[in-house]
Amino acid sequence: MAEGKETKARLSRWRLVFQSPTTRALAALAFVILLGIIFNADQAFFKWDTHRDMLRQISVFGILACGMTLVIITAGIDLSVGSVLGLTAVLFSLFSLQLHWPPYLAVAATLLAGLLCGVASGGLVAYFRIQPFIATLAMMVFARGMAKWVSGGQKISTAILQPDGTYVYQEVPAFFNFLNSKILAGNIAVVTLIFFFCIGLSWLVLAKLRWGRYIYAIGGNEEAARLSGIPVIATKLLTYGLSGFFCAVAGICQAAQELQGDPEAGLTYELTAIAIVVIGGTNLMGGRGGIGLTFIGAITIGYLEKVLSINAVGEASRLMLTGIIIIGAVLFQKFRQ
Amino acid sequence: MTKPRSRPLLQMKHIGKSFSGVTVLRDVWFELYPGEVHVLAGENGAGKTTLIKILAGVHTDYEGEIWLNGAKMFFKSPHEALIAGVSAIHQEMSLVNSMTVADNIFLGREITRRWGWMDYLSQEKKARELLAQLGIEVDLKQMLSQYPVAVRQMIEVAKALIYEARIIIMDEPTSALNDLEVTRLFKIINDLKRKGWGIIYISHRMEEIYEIGDRITILRDGCYVGTYSLDELPPQNLIRLMVGRDITQQFPPREEYRREKRLIVKNFYLADPTQTKKWLVEDVSFDLQAGEILGIAGLQGSGKSELLHGLFGSYGKLTRGEVWLDGFRLAIRSPRDSIKQGLALLTNDRQGTGLIPPLNIVHNVSLASLGRFSPKGWMHTGEERAAVRDMVKALNIKIHSLEQEVQTLSGGNQQKVVLAKWIMTSPRVLLLDEPTAGIDVGAKYEIYNLMNQWTLEGKSILLITSELPELLAMADRIMVMHRGRVMSEFTREEATQESILQAAMGRR
Repeated sequence: MAEGKETKARLSRWRLVFQSPTTRALAALAFVILLGIIFNADQAFFKWDTHRDMLRQISVFGILACGMTLVIITAGIDLSVGSVLGLTAVLFSLFSLQLHWPPYLAVAATLLAGLLCGVASGGLVAYFRIQPFIATLAMMVFARGMAKWVSGGQKISTAILQPDGTYVYQEVPAFFNFLNSKILAGNIAVVTLIFFFCIGLSWLVLAKLRWGRYIYAIGGNEEAARLSGIPVIATKLLTYGLSGFFCAVAGICQAAQELQGDPEAGLTYELTAIAIVVIGGTNLMGGRGGIGLTFIGAITIGYLEKVLSINAVGEASRLMLTGIIIIGAVLFQKFRQ
Repeated sequence: MTKPRSRPLLQMKHIGKSFSGVTVLRDVWFELYPGEVHVLAGENGAGKTTLIKILAGVHTDYEGEIWLNGAKMFFKSPHEALIAGVSAIHQEMSLVNSMTVADNIFLGREITRRWGWMDYLSQEKKARELLAQLGIEVDLKQMLSQYPVAVRQMIEVAKALIYEARIIIMDEPTSALNDLEVTRLFKIINDLKRKGWGIIYISHRMEEIYEIGDRITILRDGCYVGTYSLDELPPQNLIRLMVGRDITQQFPPREEYRREKRLIVKNFYLADPTQTKKWLVEDVSFDLQAGEILGIAGLQGSGKSELLHGLFGSYGKLTRGEVWLDGFRLAIRSPRDSIKQGLALLTNDRQGTGLIPPLNIVHNVSLASLGRFSPKGWMHTGEERAAVRDMVKALNIKIHSLEQEVQTLSGGNQQKVVLAKWIMTSPRVLLLDEPTAGIDVGAKYEIYNLMNQWTLEGKSILLITSELPELLAMADRIMVMHRGRVMSEFTREEATQESILQAAMGRR
C-alpha cells in the first residue's frame, strides 16, 4: 500500500516534470537539433563553427527577446523593438562615425535614447492606459520616422561625403571591430557574450529582484496587484524602459556588425522577437514564463534557421517551413500528457 | 412537490471521474424528478462542480451512465447538453458582456430568416415575452455590462427558457444577490417547479437550502453520502453528513475585548469616479476599538464595499473627511500607502481582485509584504519561503507544495491564501469584505476562529457579510448602511435579522 502510494507520487512527479514549460521548450529544441543531425549537409552540424555562427546570428534577436519577455510577462507587448533598434543603430553610428565621440560616450548616449523610447511607450501604457499594442505600434512608426529624420534617409557609414561630391573612407573605429570580433581563440562572438549578458541581466530582474515579482504580479492580475500595494505605474515604466534599453544594446550590436547605421535596420525584427518568446513557452496572457524559456526559444529559432540554411533550402520554402515549425512547436507545448 | 413516484427526469449512475490519476468522484448517484429542487451539497472539493460539469457536457471522460427521460445519453459538448435540455447557470456566467441583452438571450440559437439573415424583430418580441414572464425589466438593446449581476443571472435563466431546458443547474446562484433579488429568484424557481422542471441547486447557505430545496444529495470527498428529504433532515445532521464530523455550532463563541479607540472615521465621503456630484459614501462617521469586530450590513448599492475601498485608498484621493488610526491622521492616497499605515483589505472578489492566479502560493502570500524580504531590492527567497510556510501552517492551508499554483486550490484554501497575504503585512485594521463567500462550512468555521484569534491579538476588523446569522454571531456592533449613509447602529444584543433588514431597506 505504502509502496503503491510512493509509485504514484513518483509518477505524478514525473508528470510535473513533463508538464513543466522548460521540459517542453527543451523538447522542441531537441527536435530541431535532431533535424540538424539528420539533415546534416557536409557534416556542418558537427563543427563548432556552425554553432558559433548560429549563436552570433541569433544574438541581436535574442537581445530584443529579453526585453520582449519582460513586457509579455506583464501581459503587454512591445511592437516597437525593431524600429527602436533601427533608430539606435543610426544614432550609435552617427555618434561614433561622424561625430567621433569616444566609445563610452556614444554607447551611453545610445542606451539612454533606447531607454527613453521605452519609457515613452511605458508612459502611454501606464499613465494614459493605452493598450500596449496600440501604444507600441505608435512608437514603432514614430521611431522609424525618427531614424529616417536623424539619418536624412541615408545609411550612416564610414564613407563621409565631401563638399566636392567625393567620398572619403574613414578607418573603422576600434570599438566597432571589437564588437564584431570573435574571442577565445575565435570560438565565440562578442555579440553572443553580450546576448548572454542580457539574458543574465533579465534573469536577475525577474528572479532575484523585487521588481521581478511586481512584473509577474501585474501580468497575473493587475487589479489584485494594485490592491496589494504594488506600484503598477513605476513597474510598467521600468519594464518598457528596459525593453527600450535592450533595443539600444541590440542596435549597437547591429551597427557594429553592419559597419553602418541603416535607418531601415530591424524591420520585422519585433516579429522574430515575439516568436522567440512564444516558442520558449512564455504565455502571451501574462504572469507566466521566464527568461530561461526565452533563451531556449532563441537557440531553437537559431538552429532552425541554421538547419534550413546549411541544407540550402530556398528562401520561399524556408519562410513557409519556419511558419509551420513555429506552430508545431507551440502546439506541442499546449499538448497535454 | 411531485414525489419519486413519477418517472425521473434524470438519473446519473455510478459516476466516477479522475483528473490525471487523482480520483475526484467515485460511484456517485444522482436522481432528479420533475418539479423538484434537488440540492447538491458538500464541502468545497467534495466533487459537486465536477459532477455538474459531467452532466453539462464539459467533462466527457467519466465512468458511469447518464439517463435522461429514460434514455441513455452521452454529451460530447455543453452545446449537446443544452439541446438535450440541460442548462447550467455557472458561477462564472456564460454571457458576453459586450453584447446586448437580446443578443445574449439568443446566443447560439439566433432566430434567422433565409441565408442566416438575422431576424431582430422576432428576437426582441420573444425576448420581451420571456423577460416579462420572469418579471424583470431591462432594455433589450442595452449592453449586458450595464446591468448588475442579479439581472445577468435572470438573463441566464431566460436563455435556459429559450433552449426549453427541462433541467436547470444553478451553481451558487445567490452568491452575488441581495435579499430582494434572492426572493425574486426563488419565486421564479417555484414557477419553474410548477411547470415540471427539475432544478439542481448548489449552495453553501443553510437557510436557502431549507427554504427552496425539496431533497438533498450529499457528497463528501468525491463519494456519495446519501440522498435525503430536507423535511426529515435537521441542519445539525446535514452539517455532520457534509463534513463527516460534528460541528456543534456553526459559529465559535466570541468574547469581547475592548481596549482603546483604534480607528476613528469622521464625516467620511467618497465621490463616484464615474459621475460628478454623486457620492458613493456620504457623511459616514464611526469608531472602532482595538480587538473589536464592527459589522457593516446593507443591501447592494448601499456603499458598504465602497466604504472599505475608500478607506483603503483604492479610489485614490476621491475621499473627504478625517480618518485617525491610533492617534495619527491617515493620509489616504493609494493602497500602497494604506498598507504601510496598517490597513489590509480583503475584497469580495477572490478571483478578480484577490489572487494572482498563475502565481504559486509563496508568491501570492508574500505579495503585499515583498519589501520585508527585500530590504535592498534583492529578494531573500529563503526567508520568504520560511515565513510563508509558517503562515500556511498558522492558517491551516491544505496544500501539496508551496510551489503549487493557487488556482489549483479549493475555494476555502484560496481564501486562506488571500487572508495569509494580509496577515503577513501585520495590519492593525482588517477590512474584510465577504470573507466566507463561497466556501464550505468547515473552512468558514476556521476563518471565524482566525478572526477571533486576530482580535484577541488586538487587531480590529470591519466585517461585511451578506449572511445575517454570521453578522449577528461575529460582530460586536453592527452598522447598517443605506444609499451610502449610515442608517442605524446596533449592539449585538439589540440586533435581530428583522431590525437589520428594516434599516438596510431604508426604514429606521
